[in-house]
Amino acid sequence: MKTKAGESPLLLQLRNITKRYGTYVANDSVDLALEHGQICAILGENGAGKSTLMKTIYGIQQPDEGEIVWNGEKVAVTSPSVARDLGIGMVFQHFSLFETISVVENISLTVPGSLPDLAEIIRQKADEYGLHVNPDAPVHGLSVGERQRVEIIRCLMQDPKLLILDEPTSVLPPHSVQQLFGTLRKLSERGVAMLYISHKLEEIRDLCHCAVVLRQGRVTGTANPRQATSAELARLMIGQDIPTARHAEAKPSCEPALTVSDLTYENPDPLGESLDSVSMAVRPGEIVGIAGVSGNGQSTLARILSGEIRLQGHMAGRIQVFDHPVGDAPPGTRRQMGVTFVPEERLGRATVPTMSLADNVLLTAHGAGLVRKGLIRRRQQADFADKCISAMDVRSRGRQSIASSLSGGNLQKFVLGREILLKPRILIVSQPTWGIDVGAAAMVRQKLVDLRDTGTAILMISEELEEIFEISDRIHVMYHGRLSPSVQARSVTAEDVGRMMMGEFDQKMRAA
Amino acid sequence: MMGRYALVQRSEVSLKSIMLVPLVTFVLALLGSMVLFGFLGAPPLEVLYRLLIDPLASAYNISEVVIKAAPLILIAQGLAIGFRAKVWNIGAEGQLIIGAVAASVIPITFPESQNVLMLPAMMLAGMIAGAAWAGIAAALKTRFNASEIIVTLMLNQIAVQILYFLINGPLKDPMGFSYPQSVSFPPVAMYPLLSDDGMLRANASILVVILLSIAALIYVTRTFSGYTLLVGGLAPSAASYAGFSAKKAVWITLLIGGAAAGLAGVGEISGPIGRLQPSLSPGYGFAAIIVAYLGGLHPVGILLAGTFMAIVYVGADGAIIDVGLPPAAPVIFQGMVLVFYLASFALVQYRIVRVQPEARA
Amino acid sequence: MTDTIIFVLAGAFATATPLLLAAIGEAVAEKAGVMNLSVEGMMAFAAAVAFAVTYQTGNIVLGFGLAVGASVALSLVFSILVLGFSANQIVSGLAVGILGLGLSSLAGRSFENLTMMAPANLSLPVLSDLPLVGPILFRQSAITYFAFAVAFLTWWFLAKTRHGRITKVVGEDPAIAHNLGFAVIRIRLFAIIFGAVMSGLGGAYASTILTPGWSDGLIAGRGWIAVALVVFGTWRPLRIAFGAYLFGALLLGDLAVQAMGFSVPPQIMTSLPYVMTIIVLAAVSRNALLIRLNAPVSLGQNFQPSK
Repeated sequence: MKTKAGESPLLLQLRNITKRYGTYVANDSVDLALEHGQICAILGENGAGKSTLMKTIYGIQQPDEGEIVWNGEKVAVTSPSVARDLGIGMVFQHFSLFETISVVENISLTVPGSLPDLAEIIRQKADEYGLHVNPDAPVHGLSVGERQRVEIIRCLMQDPKLLILDEPTSVLPPHSVQQLFGTLRKLSERGVAMLYISHKLEEIRDLCHCAVVLRQGRVTGTANPRQATSAELARLMIGQDIPTARHAEAKPSCEPALTVSDLTYENPDPLGESLDSVSMAVRPGEIVGIAGVSGNGQSTLARILSGEIRLQGHMAGRIQVFDHPVGDAPPGTRRQMGVTFVPEERLGRATVPTMSLADNVLLTAHGAGLVRKGLIRRRQQADFADKCISAMDVRSRGRQSIASSLSGGNLQKFVLGREILLKPRILIVSQPTWGIDVGAAAMVRQKLVDLRDTGTAILMISEELEEIFEISDRIHVMYHGRLSPSVQARSVTAEDVGRMMMGEFDQKMRAA
Repeated sequence: MMGRYALVQRSEVSLKSIMLVPLVTFVLALLGSMVLFGFLGAPPLEVLYRLLIDPLASAYNISEVVIKAAPLILIAQGLAIGFRAKVWNIGAEGQLIIGAVAASVIPITFPESQNVLMLPAMMLAGMIAGAAWAGIAAALKTRFNASEIIVTLMLNQIAVQILYFLINGPLKDPMGFSYPQSVSFPPVAMYPLLSDDGMLRANASILVVILLSIAALIYVTRTFSGYTLLVGGLAPSAASYAGFSAKKAVWITLLIGGAAAGLAGVGEISGPIGRLQPSLSPGYGFAAIIVAYLGGLHPVGILLAGTFMAIVYVGADGAIIDVGLPPAAPVIFQGMVLVFYLASFALVQYRIVRVQPEARA
Repeated sequence: MTDTIIFVLAGAFATATPLLLAAIGEAVAEKAGVMNLSVEGMMAFAAAVAFAVTYQTGNIVLGFGLAVGASVALSLVFSILVLGFSANQIVSGLAVGILGLGLSSLAGRSFENLTMMAPANLSLPVLSDLPLVGPILFRQSAITYFAFAVAFLTWWFLAKTRHGRITKVVGEDPAIAHNLGFAVIRIRLFAIIFGAVMSGLGGAYASTILTPGWSDGLIAGRGWIAVALVVFGTWRPLRIAFGAYLFGALLLGDLAVQAMGFSVPPQIMTSLPYVMTIIVLAAVSRNALLIRLNAPVSLGQNFQPSK
């Protein structure tokens, strides 16, 4: 590294960076400092503001307040090309590669030079850092790991001084992870600093020199990951000690309501999540929680259970509702069997953003006497909507309010209320309290427990360990498309689950 | 330069501002045509009078407005159901032609018939044929994922050729010398006229159109099926979550649109034309797209917009003869209406905000 | 018999020329993600302007220039709607197309049924005297050579140059292109204007060289054939050029068939381009990878960088 005398020891300093979207504060006076060659982890839950901060550094968006100091000089990073000229490279979580052109053509979009010259440099860089990829291959045929190597090579070709990596391992198979880390360490030794966004604590301890924790847009702590334990880091990230269940123990009956047996699903989208022999059972009167960092197959599982993804022929029997195979049934059929769903996207999936609450009731409740002979019964529709609004204390200007005008918490209460009013025998809920305020979250959780006590079988997919521990009776962990065996929520420790979230069960299962 | 301003979607659009859109559009388009045609030598106020007042100033003119409004409204009602579901049927012109051709086979086969069921049979044939023609696009969309925009556009051109072929061959009047047209239809093949006065051409098809507009109103506002189509258009993920089939939506909307256009075709041959001939429609299939949008894709709005457009058609026809308005006037006017509509609609949905000029490093 | 064959094979180049020009222009716009359905209107307006100006001034270069200007003016209206106001591309294209048809009747109203002399074709020395290929290939209008050159250059631009790749990727995924720092709106604007220039040239050629005369409706669906050609050629310029020649031959209709010694109703010949386009579209669309690699993924979808 060519640290000349007089050059600032700090490569990058963020001072008081604030970014708002309307009234929502995504980054709140964030300070950060990074030395040459340092690998710094950025930790935080979903929505903590990590991506916003990285986009600001890379010039995709401008901060509302605060300044960026680069090599001791204040700079305005007005666009990604300005960032690249400064020496900042970014490897996106969702790759910014175009499928219709080749590797070298993709790289030529942002790196000057003729194609043959660029191809030659790609081969050199590939050899130098162990990033094997064929420059002339069309991108659409590349595996996920290869695509990521292309992204990294693209950054390296501009001799970056800072690399931003947004959850680089979330899409990688385990053997590729060590290979990637080898490359990153080599880069660090040559003076390239890195900002490394990740959820995976074990990786951070393995790779990073420092860790900054973001929570609700603010920096809430820093740590030395090599000295802190996983539990300490997890606590920093979650913000408080992991709670234990406060509710009465479940009294589930023996016969399962929902069974999934050895479900394997190959996602046709190479960047989508696949499932690998997932098995579980949910009994009436219990809440089964599925923990795990999102992106490990949870959303695919939820869509398969809801019928938005339908299984083909012989796989249909792998999902059973009260012993009836439903894997190939459409969502409406499953709803008639008493299965209801609360998906993770409240706007656009659970509700139509531009429609009123009354009209959004029809989306799933049309079978509950709201339609007769093909005609919508306005009176019953209004009654249902009003009942939902009052039962769940939905703060709105009544049933004619447009869905998108409600706050996240109120909309979630509305959606949950709608599904509960359908008196489900099985409720499947994804990320029930993502991004909603504490009060609404508490109410949502209480309603789930109440529903459990009426004998409904509940499957809850959640990224928030706090929530999983608070209301689940049994816990599974999802990792790389595989599901751990279940453990009793009351007898397991956070550390156990933390280890499962890092895939420890997986190695055991594979070994067995 | 383009980066200085940005469109920001308004969080809530008031009903009042939505109602304002057609009004602003009309005013702008009228001003635009007065300026343009005034520039070409027609006195602006005279143009205004001719375009808007004259068509309503005599019984004959009102009857002509009715004749033009019927197909515009009917086709637009059908298309709007599709557009609300984001199914892009651009092929109403072709569906109109095929509907007319199929229906014309009956009176051409039985030119002497006095069976009063002939008109209902023609209406049925027209609707089925129009729907079937649109159904080709639905089949290709649902089976092969082929864009319905391109397919319906292509089918328009093919329909014209089919008409030309048949009118020069099997459906041609053998006594018609070299004119490519069919025999005149018998009275039972014609819509009854609304008045006994032999001067007025308006016929009962407008009643059918009004009835079907009411049906469309009920369908989109009261039925569950209409609701599922709207959900599919507004939020496809929500439709998938609710279990509303996207393929079914493609089929329903294209069949409805095709049937409406086919019936409109019957309205032409069993109304003002009275036989099959090479030119059946002065572009009603395309103009109806404008009407559907101008009417806010709502059945009542379409009724108003279709009537307005018909007034302008008739007014321009008169003005072409009397004040020397160019024959292109109605077409230009239509184009302007739609352009201004799209612009003012965008301004209601979005706010233009000044973005701070970016500081250079 | 041989004369008819030569006439059809040579004439196909001439009839293909306006189709090819407009289709190449539309292909570039679509490659950048913009479906502009006003091609027919742009061609018609340009054709009327070209004829009127050339007839009045005798200056065909001026005629072509103003025709291109007219077509570009229409495309700017379209751009304001689509790029500026994020209005629906399909409806905006139809609206501007209707406007163009109207303006075309207006511009041509004093010239109805007038004709004039077409400029002589280029006869390339030596080559044009070759038997058979001479009259077919080497006695064409300069615009015809230009059209095929444009097709080739567009292929080269899209496949071989960095700016061509940028155009393509803006049509594939405008959001990623924006993240990489490309000015999506500006690139789309250029693509639309290029399309308009080509449509303008095609329209002008149709009314001044191909059939040097004016009557309302002269363009007669050529714009729609151009839109079809883009799909028929699966957005690839060289295939579009091949398709244009094929469709040009079909447009000569019964003449072409007679040359082959059959008797087929001309309407069937005229329908064939559209039927073939539907078949090609269905065949390509059913293969998810094929359509993803050829059709611009974001075609018809607007992009707002501020979001």
